[in-house]
Amino acid sequence: MGSSHLRPRTAMAIRARLGFVILLSLFFSATLSTALYEDQVGLADWHHKYIGKVKHAVFHTQKTGRKRVVVSTEENVVASLDLRTGFIFWRNVLGKNDHIDQVDIALGKYVVTLSSGGSILRAWNLPDGQMIWESTLPVSTLSKSSLYVLANMNVGKDNLILVFGGSSIHALSSMDGQIVWRKELSIDSLEIQQIFQPHDSDIINAVGFVGSSEFVVYQISYRTGEVMQQSKASFESGFCGEASLVFDNLVVALDASKSSLVSISFKNEVINFHQINLSDLVPDFSGKVTLLPLKFNGMLAIEIASSILLLRVKGANELEFVEKISHPFAFSDALPLSKEQQAFAILQHDESKIHFKVKSDNDLRNEILKETIQMDSQRGNIEKVFINNYIRTDRTHGFRFLVVMEDHSLLLIQQGEIVWSREDGLASIVDSTTSELPVEKEGVSVAEVEHNLFEWLKGHLLKLKGTLMLASPDEVAAIQAIRLKSSEKNKMTRDHNGFRKLIIVLTRAGKVLALHTGDGRVVWSVLLPALRRSETCGNPFALRVYQWQVPHHHAMHENPSVLVVGRCGHGFDAPGIFSIVDSYTGKVQNSLILEHSVSHIMPLPLTDSTEQRLHLIIDAKLQAHLYPKNSDSLKHFFNEMPNIYWYSVEVEKNKIKGYSLESKAELDTAEEYVFQAKELWSIIFPSESEKIAVTATRKMNEIVHTQAKVVADQDVMYKYVSKNILFVATVAPKAAGEIGSATPEEALLYAYLIDTVSGRILHRVCHQGAQGPVHAVVSENWVVYHYFNLRAHRYEMSVIEIYDQSRADNKDVWKLVLGKHNLTAPVSLYSRPDVMVKSQSYFFTHSVKSMAVTATAKGITSKQLLIGTIGDQVLALDKRFLDPRRSVNPTQSEKEEGIIPLTDSLPIVPQSYITHSLQVEGLRSMVTIPAKLESTTLVFSYGVDLFFTRIAPSRTYDSLTEDFSYALLLITIVVLVAAIFVTWALSEKKELKEKWR
Amino acid sequence: MRSSAALFNPSPPLLLLLPLLLFSHLLPRALAADLGSGDGYTIAGRVKLDGATSKESGLPAKPTNIKVILNGGQSISFARADGYFSFHNVPAGTHLIEVAALGYFFSPVRVDISARNPGKIQAALTENRRVLYELILEPLREEQYYEKREPFSIMSLMKSPMGLMMGFMLLVMFVMPKLMENIDPEEMRRAQEDMRAQGVPSLSSLLPRSN
Repeated sequence: MGSSHLRPRTAMAIRARLGFVILLSLFFSATLSTALYEDQVGLADWHHKYIGKVKHAVFHTQKTGRKRVVVSTEENVVASLDLRTGFIFWRNVLGKNDHIDQVDIALGKYVVTLSSGGSILRAWNLPDGQMIWESTLPVSTLSKSSLYVLANMNVGKDNLILVFGGSSIHALSSMDGQIVWRKELSIDSLEIQQIFQPHDSDIINAVGFVGSSEFVVYQISYRTGEVMQQSKASFESGFCGEASLVFDNLVVALDASKSSLVSISFKNEVINFHQINLSDLVPDFSGKVTLLPLKFNGMLAIEIASSILLLRVKGANELEFVEKISHPFAFSDALPLSKEQQAFAILQHDESKIHFKVKSDNDLRNEILKETIQMDSQRGNIEKVFINNYIRTDRTHGFRFLVVMEDHSLLLIQQGEIVWSREDGLASIVDSTTSELPVEKEGVSVAEVEHNLFEWLKGHLLKLKGTLMLASPDEVAAIQAIRLKSSEKNKMTRDHNGFRKLIIVLTRAGKVLALHTGDGRVVWSVLLPALRRSETCGNPFALRVYQWQVPHHHAMHENPSVLVVGRCGHGFDAPGIFSIVDSYTGKVQNSLILEHSVSHIMPLPLTDSTEQRLHLIIDAKLQAHLYPKNSDSLKHFFNEMPNIYWYSVEVEKNKIKGYSLESKAELDTAEEYVFQAKELWSIIFPSESEKIAVTATRKMNEIVHTQAKVVADQDVMYKYVSKNILFVATVAPKAAGEIGSATPEEALLYAYLIDTVSGRILHRVCHQGAQGPVHAVVSENWVVYHYFNLRAHRYEMSVIEIYDQSRADNKDVWKLVLGKHNLTAPVSLYSRPDVMVKSQSYFFTHSVKSMAVTATAKGITSKQLLIGTIGDQVLALDKRFLDPRRSVNPTQSEKEEGIIPLTDSLPIVPQSYITHSLQVEGLRSMVTIPAKLESTTLVFSYGVDLFFTRIAPSRTYDSLTEDFSYALLLITIVVLVAAIFVTWALSEKKELKEKWR
Repeated sequence: MRSSAALFNPSPPLLLLLPLLLFSHLLPRALAADLGSGDGYTIAGRVKLDGATSKESGLPAKPTNIKVILNGGQSISFARADGYFSFHNVPAGTHLIEVAALGYFFSPVRVDISARNPGKIQAALTENRRVLYELILEPLREEQYYEKREPFSIMSLMKSPMGLMMGFMLLVMFVMPKLMENIDPEEMRRAQEDMRAQGVPSLSSLLPRSN
């Protein structure tokens, strides 16, 4: 049934203060965990699996079984995808530093990955992804390692996998990963370029360069690794290191000046060099040449002045021009069609079209296949292509193309059509924000969505049966279908409870996508032109996304919009990129490259008259630039300017500095929107004993409902609620590395609470024997942080709560409630704030990847901590477990208040994993978004996967749950009414009888 | 043979391996291979999931990718089908190993590799400080991620607000008349008169019929 029947009985109407009292009593009765029943999976949550941008792909289509493609990605994922649908059969996410260098299939049943700079080789079972073996190779990290799986020598017997890099070659058995032989070619500075196996021989050839001018060829025995033959020759003008193997006995390399090609032929220990003059081929040639990796027999691809030439190598000194290709384009590797024949694909982009050409080495002038497809312009250019062939019914070759686009999406194209596509850019989200959906238009009533009364009742009767456990399996399935189908949650309009929103995400590829919270589908997507590689901006990258315009009072006819900030290049002084995107349509409204850099972005709590939010952008020169640039915003800004303070954390310099803005005496018209920063304070941590590990602040938009906390004996404590609290954790430099690198004596962790306006340290605490990684979250008047305790060798979580003592004598709750307590007491920046700090520490079992805290609309509902564990699950932990007032034996009144007896470690209740039996692979961050319904928080967690759910930290006290049985209510009422009439009739009869008597 | 060879190696593997190595002919070769290569030590062990008892949690009986995590993510390894895992080139010091397998709760393990006394290592579960003599990691418990639905019972229906309402109604319907019978008729009449005098509306006066 649609959730629209479940009209919320919101507690909003009750004035918050009154509600507070009621809610307090509610909290005490609520259980600590809000668990899920198995049949509720998918009702409020969704989970999408991604893999990231594909780096390598290997097809596995030979056998008659499932056709699949094995890919490795930039998110360190190795995955097997269904070639028909693009679904993930299995995937494994490697560690964050374990980058995959290469992937291949060995023996037809194992997927082999080389990772960590060529030092780890793993084999995975092709059907299910189970790891079969793992082998660690001692390779130097300086040289690039490659993988070469030898072609089937003798089927059924063990095959060798060769890993080569620098001057060493390892041969491993593909059955169990054992090193069969290892050859250290005893020449310093040898870089093996390529290994190949001439047809039907027991010998493998290795070619490489020694230093910059010598070329070597080794013939190595396949079985023992013995060097059978070795020859070298030097070339006086030197090589630059790039080379391409053209034939079994011919290599084409670039010379040291990168301006001419050298063909190197080798046969029977004789090496010959031929310099090839490019001006014969290209009449107006000048400048530098780049050799493109094209693994195709007899072919060469070179890039000259932004166009690509395909050349055919006819002999040692004869090249033939085949074709000229212009950007953007992509080549595939060679694909053997038969013993003699090879094919490869060239893809070319032409505006919104992609031309596919497949050429075979029989006839390079013409194509075997030529197709053109229309491509969505929001996917950008082609980046990579992998091809695979199949035999059509008429015995000709058909081709499949696996295409990786600029926005990291993956597509399979066959017969001129897109068979499937995957939006894998979503595996690398950089930042996210939310946007409300449009308000429901008049004339479209909610009731229309509901079916007629009979249907409605039938559905509820079915549900009643379900709750009474009387339903048959078929009926259970029907109930589940009704619940999941619920069109209500996927509507494109704003709902009463604020559950339906758009999540606007920015990916590393510079694409902005809007996801619907109902099912996570992509509503619109746009590849920002400003964040694409261009001549003005060679290396752009996306930084953050902010809400730019949220119309609610004024400018109602306008759509909300978001601001995307990027940077041109990786330096802090690189110019910034600014783009404003419509939140409903994804249209880019404005886009510019800024004249200044972006080092800090501050959304201000101010809007101009069109409800555009004011943003201050601080550049590397400490100048503040105000956006939007209009006189109206300037007017608003001037009013608030004396109240604007900010701080910067310089981790390398171990410094925190506070600033305010300096108004300019005479306004220069051109620089009207530029202000100078004035340094107010700075805190320098001693670099020999402390190193900044983490900083955390409160969320800008967090709402604190009540400033006072009523404790057990009718006493009141005032929370020190300040937006300017900064939590800083520093660790001893010796213990700044990983766990296991320091002893408890060396390790120290300091936690600071700093007021960012005055620079005053409010509190400082030292944890002996503790080290990072530190994760912290700040909310209301408390900080929770997670670190490693080396003495106990366990993770610990500490809580610090700050209370305002200066108001402690304002004990009269009624004055507070009525807002009449004394606020006129003098407040000075220079007086030391009278704060009281309480803290407590607990053990916590798991490593933590990320921490967040729930946020609700009015801040009334109690808080839960969201902990992203190392197992990629998200645990919701009630804040009440992290209450410094917990004691081993709480008094009766403390128990009534809901204080939990103290235990040394925090409990992990499996039912309180909000991700239930799912994993958000590669979890990076959790974002909490308040719903309109006070009890509920929306949680969006992202990593390689996306997971969204809504949670109610104190249960949904302000609305009926999904489980509420309306049929039971209706039946009860009907029965009651019937009973009233029956009893009335009975009493009537009885009375009549009495009277007759 | 293999175990003695390992002992003479300049950078020997963990002694924890020894009990395993004695049976190394039973083990796949990969485990014993490559011992002592590189600069550090090798930590090898086994994740043991006993029995496919996790049917109730609705997960596959055996998760295929059990991750073994060293020092909070410094390096991640995977357990093989038979549960064996290893970390290579681990420096001496005190390390932490965690196991992430969906549906099971594993305690992190503290592993001490002694620098002065090469090869001497100790391992203990951090949750309950149990010392491990072999690095065989077993889950402390299975995890049920879902609340179980209580089967239908009369009691649960009775306890629901609507059940209570019905119960109260039945009570009024059948027990109250009994109570009324026991009241002295004289007293009853007096009470009724009192009520009328006060003008308290009775049920019968609310119904569409006047007395």
